[in-house]
Parts: sequence; structure tokens; C-alpha cells
Amino acid sequence: MDLLELRGVCKTYHLGEVDVPVLKGVSLSIAKGELVALMGASGSGKSTLMNILGCLDHPSAGEYWLDGKEVSGAGTNERARLRNRLIGFVFQSFNLLARTTALENVIMPLNYAAEHLAEHEMRERGAELLRKVGLSERMDHQPSQLSGGQQQRVAIARSLINRPRLLLADEPTGNLDSRTSEEILDMFKNLNQSEGLTVILVTHDPGVAEHAKRVIRIRDGLIEKS
Amino acid sequence: MKFLRILRTSLRALRRNVLRAALTTLGIVIGVAAVIAMMEIGNGSTMAIQRTIATMGAFNLLVFPGNMATAGVSFGSGSSITLTPGDADAIVTECPSIIAAAPIVRTRTQIVYGNRNWAPNSMMGTTPAFLEVRDWTEMAEGEAFTDRDVRNCSKVCLVGQTIVRELFAGESPIGKDIRMQNVNMKVIGVLRPKGANMMGSDQDDIVLAPWTTIKYRVTGTSVSTPNLSAAAAAAASATVLPSQVYPNYSLSLYSVPSAVQTTDTPAPVRFAGIDQIVAAARTGEQVPSAIEEITALMRERHHLRGDMPDDFNIRDLTEIMKTMSSTTELMTNLLLIVALISLVVGGVGIMNIMLVSVTERTREIGLRMAVGAQGPDILRQFLTEAVVLCLLGGIFGIGLGRATSWVVRVVKHWPTATSLGAIIAAVVVSATVGIVFGFYPAWKASRLDPIEALRYE
Repeated sequence: MDLLELRGVCKTYHLGEVDVPVLKGVSLSIAKGELVALMGASGSGKSTLMNILGCLDHPSAGEYWLDGKEVSGAGTNERARLRNRLIGFVFQSFNLLARTTALENVIMPLNYAAEHLAEHEMRERGAELLRKVGLSERMDHQPSQLSGGQQQRVAIARSLINRPRLLLADEPTGNLDSRTSEEILDMFKNLNQSEGLTVILVTHDPGVAEHAKRVIRIRDGLIEKS
Repeated sequence: MKFLRILRTSLRALRRNVLRAALTTLGIVIGVAAVIAMMEIGNGSTMAIQRTIATMGAFNLLVFPGNMATAGVSFGSGSSITLTPGDADAIVTECPSIIAAAPIVRTRTQIVYGNRNWAPNSMMGTTPAFLEVRDWTEMAEGEAFTDRDVRNCSKVCLVGQTIVRELFAGESPIGKDIRMQNVNMKVIGVLRPKGANMMGSDQDDIVLAPWTTIKYRVTGTSVSTPNLSAAAAAAASATVLPSQVYPNYSLSLYSVPSAVQTTDTPAPVRFAGIDQIVAAARTGEQVPSAIEEITALMRERHHLRGDMPDDFNIRDLTEIMKTMSSTTELMTNLLLIVALISLVVGGVGIMNIMLVSVTERTREIGLRMAVGAQGPDILRQFLTEAVVLCLLGGIFGIGLGRATSWVVRVVKHWPTATSLGAIIAAVVVSATVGIVFGFYPAWKASRLDPIEALRYE
């Protein structure tokens, strides 16, 4: 069964009086438990597609089915709820809160969703995830005291805190050296294999894409047939 | 629960940059401190001014007897004698707004000491309560006469500073006798200087004595003959009675009334009339209610029916009262303006830094939105930060302000008075400033687009 499916998705930006079509009818489907790489050069519409997949933006036309629901017409607040419940984000620049401990960073998204959880339950869940990414020793460290790879692992733990269906990683290794990159990519693979988490790696690096079972290439706003 | 979480997030955000938070809120701290210090010092000054004005008699009420009219000719206020010392006592005991009241009997005669003489501007017979009413209880020298002196018709008196100067040439008059209408009065106290009153008449040119002494010894009337001509006649007849000149002379000019005759024609009991009652209300606000209470009491005591006019007049010192209330008002308004200006300045500082903070934390906002924060969540977070900042500033400001006023009190000896109202107002106002000036930055933050915000460098 497909976790998500795009049907003829178009996205057009209006810059003044000029219409700039970025996505020109993208159709694709990703099944539960897949590890997919989304590749494309800059300007190909890769980021726009990722924003739509991550429910940060809505398509101008077309349908987006996510977890059995049509979400292309969802409003701002509805999309915020979808992001919170279904999607985990990992960014190129980690985006951790400065001067905030690793644990606090990990449980931050719970502030907006899990109001039923008590403080210590939140902390337990965060600590467990940090153990899983191998940072049980550094829970009280602040981002400035962590290496790039460790920071990215904190970010991965954070993206998993709400038990998402889909992990969306935007150039997750862009700021890391090759050895650390391998570690991080192995972690994604592990998550994908052991827990059946659907992972989309957005990248322009063929080396990263190699790790994926399937590669979706995008060029000029259209999916290239592979 | 949720509120606590928001509060904790805000505190954490503020703790990330303590110095900036402290500097941001400095405007509020100084503003609130200024308000508190000004209010405390101002309150103290206002109270001091009020006390000063009160010594001028601002809360005093004067009760005069009503006028008398004969055959259409009115003799003006005070021409009939309707007030009694009992009225003064009743006013104190039965009017809750009155703190003290004293009867006054006026006279004007020459006083003599040694080879000097003087005619004081005012000579009053009264009770010790008069000194309370006029806020004159502390003597410059000696001590005041007592209620016992009043009951005993003691021949004692208090003199003002002018009398000391004119009659005693500056030497201490305590224990010396002055002559007043052939009555020797011992000076037992010297009043403190009060200076001229609003109309320019010298308030120190005064002799005070028990009202009984003035009435029955000095002005020569007696209890049974209250009216002056009768008193004169009585005195005249008394001096020429042959029985006093010749003790054995038993001729009686009039037949001695029998017991039956005496019972049938009782001597009319006349109250000792007094010229005036002065009373002091507890506070300025109670002056109107004091007037009402005295009016009701006097009408009852004088057995006036509903349609009969009052046989007395009550006057208050409206002019002085107005001066006092306008002084207080001016003070309050001045402080209010200072408070508003400083708090607006502080609020602008808060808004400025909050705007900077929102810009600086754009990526954080984008991240929070990406993980599911909605607009209102972000709005609440930044608004809470601003309010917490302002409230902390307010609390520090209250401490600083109180410290300032304490220093002023200790070092400069200015009067200060704690103002609970100012403290409550400071907290409320600083929270309001936080909400008002924190709203725009918070609203701006909540309207950010997560995609743009995440990409923001």
C-alpha cells in the first residue's frame, strides 16, 4: 500500500505579474517502508517538491494523498498538524536550538502535539531516542558542544520523537565530512530496515543517492523516467 | 499545564540571553522604579502638605447661633443665643465624622500685667478640645488647662506669642498673673506660634481660658442670669443691697416667697449660651457628612419641627479645602504623566528588542513551525516572553523604587509613604505594556512562512 501518492501536482509561483511554473505535473507514489532518494540539480523544482511532500506548502493543482487522505487542500493549521503527526524533518544545517540541551531539543516538538504527556514521560521518550542514535552520554550537552555528526544525530532523534510515518531528510549530509556522512546514512538505512520507516533523502549528491533502493530524478519540474 | 509549558519555553528563551533580556527590561525597571519612588515620595509630601493645611483648620466646621429677627428687623448671624456647651459635647459623642468639638465664648477686654496693658485680638473661653480642633495641643511653654479647670472655673489662661511680646516684653509669662476685668488669671501655658491666618489677622494675638471662667468671672454673667443687662442689674442691685453693707439690717424690700409660691413659679432654667462651636472632621472627605450629622443633631436637640428653619449656621472652610484638593490633584496628575512617559519609553524599548529577537530567531520559528507549531502557538510564545520580561522588570522596578524612596527618606529626611495602589498599578501597567508592545512582534513572528523562515540566513 502506498504511503503517499502525487497525481499531476503543479506548483506555480507568482512573482509580480510573471507566473513561474516550477512543478509541471508531477506524479509519483512511494510505498510504506521504502528508502527513496529524490535527486535533481538546483532549480529543478526539487526543493519545491520536497516542501509539498513535507506539507510545508500546498500544490497549485493536482492531488496529494498522504496516509490515505487527500491533503492538497489542507489549510495552514491543518498542515501544521499533519507535519507534527506524520512527518519528521532532518535539515542540512541541523537547525537545533542554540543554548538548549540535546534532550530539550529532541522533545521540543512534543510541546505542540503531546499535551497529554507528562514532563517525565516526554523526557523518557527523548532519552530513549538519544540512546538509539548513540548519544546517551551527551543528553545534557548543548549543540555548540557537539560535533556536526552528533548534532545531526540529535536532529534525527528529534525528527523521530512524534513517531512519524515519513522521514524527510533535506541534504542531511551536506554539512558533514564523508566518514560522518556514511554514519548518518547508515542510520537512515537502519531505521528503514529495522523499523520500516519510510525515508526520503533529498540530495544532489549521487553518492548519497546510491544508498537508496529507488532514485527519483527531477528535472525542470518533471519526473525523469528512470 | 499548557500554560506552564509555554512559560517554561519563554523563560528558557530569555535565559539564553540574560544580558540582553536585562538591558531590554531596563526601561521598564527604571520606569516602574521612577513611578514607585515618585508615588512614595509624592504621597509623603502630599500627606505632609495636607497635615500643614489641616493645621490651618481645613477640616474645621464652625457652628454659629442663628439670627434673631424682631418686627422684620434681622440682627444677623449670631444675634440669638441658641447654642449651649451641651451641644458641643453632643456633637463629639454623637457625630461619627467629628473627632473633636469645643464651645467658644468670646469677649474683648483689656488685659493688664504690671505697668503694661494690651487688648488682645481674640479672647476666647473654651475647653481643652479647642486645642485639638485647631491642632494646637503642643505648648511652646507650660501646659494647657484641663477639663477640670473648666468645671472649676479656674482662673488660668493660655497666651499667644504676641501677648508674650507685648505684655511680658518677651520674658516667660508662666506662673504670672494677668488682670482681666479685675479678675486675676494665672498664665499656665504659652501657645506655639501660628502666624497670620488667610485673612491676615494675627492668630497669636490670643488669650485662651476655660469658657466657664470667661463667662462667669470675666464677663460677669452667671448661670441664672445669662443676659447681660440682667447681669448688670443684678450686679448693681447686689452691690447696693443694705444687707451686705449693714449685716444686721434685716429689712427686706420684697416679701419672701412662701414654699408654695416657689413651687408654683419655678425659676426659668436657662442654658448657658455660648457664642460658637468649633468642630473638626476626621478627614477632608468627611466634612460634608459631618455637616449633615451636626445639622440633624442640632435640629433634634433644639426641638425644631420639620418646617422650622435652623436656629444655627454651619460653615466650613471651603477655600482652604479647595486649595488642598487642588494641591493633591496636581501632584497626582504630575506623577501620572511622569509614569506614563517613562512606561511608554520602556514599552518602545521592549518592542524594539522583541522585533530584533523575532528576526534573529527566524530559523527557530521556522523550525518550530516545521515540527508542527501553529501561528497561535508562536504568537503565544513571543507574547509570553514579552509579558514575562515586563513583569520581571516591574518586580525589579518595584524593589528599586522602594529602595530609592527608602534612601531618600533616610538620607534627605523627606517624608515618604508606602503606596499599595502604586505597586498594584505598576504590576498591572507593566503587564499591559508587555502585551501592547509585545503583540506586534509576536504577531509578526506568527505570520512567518515556515519555508522562508527555514531558509533565512
